[in-house]
Amino acid sequence: MAVLELASISKHFGAIQAINDVSLTIEPGEVVGLMGDNGAGKSTLVKIIAGNYPPSHGTMRLGGEAVTFHKPIDARQRGVEIVYQDLALCGNLTAAANVYLSRELHKGFGPFKILDYSGMYRRAGELFKELKSETRPRDLVDKMSGGQRQAVAIARTMLSEAKIVLMDEPTAAISVRQVAEVLHLIRTLRDRGIAVILISHRMPDVFSVASRVIVLRRGVKVADRPIAQSSPEEVTGLITGAIDRIQ
Amino acid sequence: MAVSLDDTIAHRQHSPLSFVLSRQTFWVFVAVLLACIALSFATRSFASPTNLFNITRNFTFTAIIALGMTIVIITGGIDLSVGSVLCLCSMVLAETMHAGAPIYVGIIAALVTALIVGGFNGALIAYLGMPPFVVTLGMLSIARSLATVISNNTVVFQFGPDHDKLLALGGGAVHLFGLTVSLPLIYTVVLALITGFVLRWTKFGRHVFAIGGNEHGAMMTGVPVRRIKVAVYIISAMSAGICGIVETGWLGAVTTNIGSGMELQVIAAAVIGGANLAGGSGTAFGALIGAALIEIIRNSLSLLGINPFWQGTFIGGAILIAVLFDRIRNFRLSE
Repeated sequence: MAVLELASISKHFGAIQAINDVSLTIEPGEVVGLMGDNGAGKSTLVKIIAGNYPPSHGTMRLGGEAVTFHKPIDARQRGVEIVYQDLALCGNLTAAANVYLSRELHKGFGPFKILDYSGMYRRAGELFKELKSETRPRDLVDKMSGGQRQAVAIARTMLSEAKIVLMDEPTAAISVRQVAEVLHLIRTLRDRGIAVILISHRMPDVFSVASRVIVLRRGVKVADRPIAQSSPEEVTGLITGAIDRIQ
Repeated sequence: MAVSLDDTIAHRQHSPLSFVLSRQTFWVFVAVLLACIALSFATRSFASPTNLFNITRNFTFTAIIALGMTIVIITGGIDLSVGSVLCLCSMVLAETMHAGAPIYVGIIAALVTALIVGGFNGALIAYLGMPPFVVTLGMLSIARSLATVISNNTVVFQFGPDHDKLLALGGGAVHLFGLTVSLPLIYTVVLALITGFVLRWTKFGRHVFAIGGNEHGAMMTGVPVRRIKVAVYIISAMSAGICGIVETGWLGAVTTNIGSGMELQVIAAAVIGGANLAGGSGTAFGALIGAALIEIIRNSLSLLGINPFWQGTFIGGAILIAVLFDRIRNFRLSE
């Protein structure tokens, strides 16, 4: 069954039509590249899925069940996690503290509860191991590389049993070596059966990790193609409008 | 050599010792100790029981508020109103007791005043998005003015039926292990232990640091940023209120000048103790050490017979050296 299903989703802000009649389905363990030029509606679509705002029209289904999100926390409780472009990490805290931020573990009983440092270090270490990332739970995020920071932000999404992870331009501002690290993290999520929607401008990243590419132009879905049947040239044409649409 | 992923993840980059050595608070602590040793040899009176009693009492008034200020500074905020809030709370206590109320009613009235002032500051900052500097600058003016209004700018030195209890509360001392320890020092140590515990071992403390590190990120991750910001300004005002109660008991009189200019000394103590005005770092122990260093500078200058007009220069120098030291260490790390 599809993990996420959008049916005829539209969103307008006053007179501006940001998203127009977009339908798509995402299967478990699938990595889908979401591409489009600036202003094509990528982030609006992602914000609708993540519960930042409701669609003007259309329905959204998670695991076959119709859902309406009012706040991001609603989406999170249903297994939709988002990795923000700026990662939303606190540099002055350790990796483990960031992974557990606002979901801290406690020990003790009754009203005498204290933070469970050792439990959080241990579990965060296990998550980094699953992600095959050389990230130490006790290190401050300020001292970390871009790839390690991504691992921390992604480990956050694995705390709860996420069904779908939305990633907003994860490779936009990091070095070539770190890009490989992030793509590796995405494959690890995929292998755990988690669906990933990768919003990116970078053609090589999408083509190396995604199995399908969806292209938006001016709020309309103009292509939804298996990667194997497409090419960077074709996607570029779809983004710019040189190719009108492929159904 | 092959290093497994397990080893890398389990590896600790810092030993506890190197961590301690990297802290500004530790080096200020060393400076305080060295100064104490040097002064014990350089002057006959520094190490005398009376002088040590005075120092350990006098620094508490800065230290108690510096604890609250440190929490505010960790979130990236500032509270300029503490000196005036101290004055307002002292005056509420004094006037309530002067009117004949028992001491506990006076204390509750003073603390409720602090709660209201702190909640007002916090609400404007957290919910209306006003800059902390501006809000608390306004409150600095308002609170002292209110204190002047309720006292009609008079000095209050008669505290009704519980007069002696109030004086004992602030001016008293106890004997511990053969030493005479002032009550304000005991209050300060207890408050510092509570502050240190809250910052290190509670979710609230963790969120205070998170807001100072990345407020927007903390909010997106689900930290209740607004509620915590209101709480930290309440804590800061309460620390000023508690200090006002203790200081009133020690001085035995309240004027509308009490606590004037104190905000800057408190901020200086917090900063010397390692709190970063940009937010994200600070400790309860640092607040105590910073306040202690300021008091020792003041005390030693008078013992050494140096013109007290030089005090400001030495305290200002201590601020600059403490922060400069931290900068130099960071430059080395980033190279």
